[in-house]
Amino acid sequence: MTNSLVLLKALDVQTWTYILVGITFALYISIAIWSRAGSTKDFYVAGAGVSPLANGMATAADWMSAASFISMAGIISFAGYDGAVYLMGWTGGYVLLALLLAPYLRKFGKFTVPDFIGDRYYSKTARIVAVFCALLVSFTYVAGQMRGVGIVFSRFLEVDIDTGVIIGMLIVLFYAVLGGMKGITYTQVAQYCVLIFAFMVPAIFISIQMTGHPIPQFGFGSELSDGSGTFLLDKLDGLSTELGFSEYTEGSKSTLDVFAITLALMVGTAGLPHVIVRFFTVKRVKDARKSAGIALLLIVVLYTTAPAVAAFARTNMIETVSNKTYADVPEWFKKWETTGLITYEDKNKDGIIQYVADEKTNELVVDRDIMVLANPEIAKLPNWVIALVAAGGLAAALSTAAGLLLVISASVSHDLIKKIIKPTISEKGELIAARLSAVGAVCVAGYFGIHPPGFVAAVVALAFGLAAASFFPAIIMGIFYKKMNKEGAIAGMIVGITAMLLYMMKYKLGWFDDALPNKNEWWFGISPEGFGAIAMCLNFVVSIIVLQFTQAPPKDVQNIVENIRIPSGAGEASNH
Amino acid sequence: MTENEKAKSYWKENIRYVFILMLIWFLVSFGAGILFKDFLNSIKIGGFKLGFWFAQQGSMYVFVVLIFVYVYLMNRLDKKYGYDE
Repeated sequence: MTNSLVLLKALDVQTWTYILVGITFALYISIAIWSRAGSTKDFYVAGAGVSPLANGMATAADWMSAASFISMAGIISFAGYDGAVYLMGWTGGYVLLALLLAPYLRKFGKFTVPDFIGDRYYSKTARIVAVFCALLVSFTYVAGQMRGVGIVFSRFLEVDIDTGVIIGMLIVLFYAVLGGMKGITYTQVAQYCVLIFAFMVPAIFISIQMTGHPIPQFGFGSELSDGSGTFLLDKLDGLSTELGFSEYTEGSKSTLDVFAITLALMVGTAGLPHVIVRFFTVKRVKDARKSAGIALLLIVVLYTTAPAVAAFARTNMIETVSNKTYADVPEWFKKWETTGLITYEDKNKDGIIQYVADEKTNELVVDRDIMVLANPEIAKLPNWVIALVAAGGLAAALSTAAGLLLVISASVSHDLIKKIIKPTISEKGELIAARLSAVGAVCVAGYFGIHPPGFVAAVVALAFGLAAASFFPAIIMGIFYKKMNKEGAIAGMIVGITAMLLYMMKYKLGWFDDALPNKNEWWFGISPEGFGAIAMCLNFVVSIIVLQFTQAPPKDVQNIVENIRIPSGAGEASNH
Repeated sequence: MTENEKAKSYWKENIRYVFILMLIWFLVSFGAGILFKDFLNSIKIGGFKLGFWFAQQGSMYVFVVLIFVYVYLMNRLDKKYGYDE
């Protein structure tokens, strides 16, 4: 017994990583084999028989991507107060989902978001526009996920990024193609457990180290345990201004821009097809409401911890390296330097690290991603904790990628093939088509993961803007505005998504000018990330104006709307 | 009450709940966390400036509570109108 304990302690990070990642992958694969899909209903909506708790966990894992797990705390750590746009934006959307969308879409009881748009707006054109929007949103999002999988693999398993992407593709392929929504749901339940454990363990350790408080959410607002009696946040504000940054708790974005970005992210969250479709998998309308609450609760566990981790890591980093002699820096600094994620250039040749806001004299550049990845090492935590972070990051990236791939395959096999191209296709034929589209989608996503077009990283955040500008208004009016007709909805979606794409191409990608336009050319000072809020308003306005000049929807469509407003009799999701 | 009147009255009550809860949703996030942040920052609770706390912690706790309150209210409403199952 004592011998094995000694052995466990002696294992290095690499071995621990192989062990933990191996165990979790074996778990995901066994779940996939156990929950194979037998019908299109299993494949698209897990047979519509998932319990609210399981659906809440699956939604939370589906939702929290590599970006939430790895990058978010790092972003906040450099943005301070401004990081709140992600925290409020990516959680507040669930209130919209629970109160305005999920119950009604569940009652409607079909398989996909374009299903709803196509039926509610009694039009093939509306369905095609919706399919196009769903594919655009999901592909921009999934390419980033596959890249994330590759990066996590390469950093922890010492393979190159491309090999990492291919391993990730094979795993996702296996359980998405075999299990469809059913397989994905239950693997996501397991992935939630892995990722939340992996996120919380280091956070708790660090909170205890820095403030003596085991709950990071409280440690965040406590005094430092160094005996100085200073509050952590006051200390951090002081350190930040000393180095020439703006105060940590103040931020630097304009209030209007913070408002717009938060709104765009909230509404975008509520309009993302891979999130909405999760609410088609439960039995009853009341389960849809309840699982939205459980999902948000489980998400908020991570989302309220992340800003605490951000503040701990920022303080820790400044104190460890700022104005210290380069020769004396700890081992982790050198290690991450070799990966290029930390760069130090001794501009004034004094051998001391000057970390300041002014770019001319600043000598240290730290990649924001390592705030979470290197945190356990910076805080000198045991090897198994470091390995756990790798397993958690992979769980986060894989679960989101799988959810997105399912939306893409359902859009192709159900919305395009079954509903538009070949309505006579048999149940069996559609299931084969669904599996083949999943394979195709994985290959395309993998291709983008290996050869990321320069603009992918830039546009992933904008997937929210696209969803906000297209789906959200069409769905909301479909439920709450009985008289809204197809002409209004189609015009609104087209204008909204076009405006968003154009603004993004001009101000994010700089395709219309020789160089990226300056920030002060932004309309009303609103960034491309926040423009989704404006494009959404545009969508609403255009829809309502067009409605005035066109015919009200037919009586049977108005009856559909009255019917979805009543929760009882949701029955099972049907294939018509 | 006819079926139609029942459905209308149910919908009206639902809209009222949604309206009140969305108002709170707006006040804690866009209000306390963004628009009135500077004013609230003059109040300090523990190590937190209040506006900053709402933006990075408080609004999210309220969001969770709002959904569960809605779940509770709607389950009660469904029962009242016989729409529960």
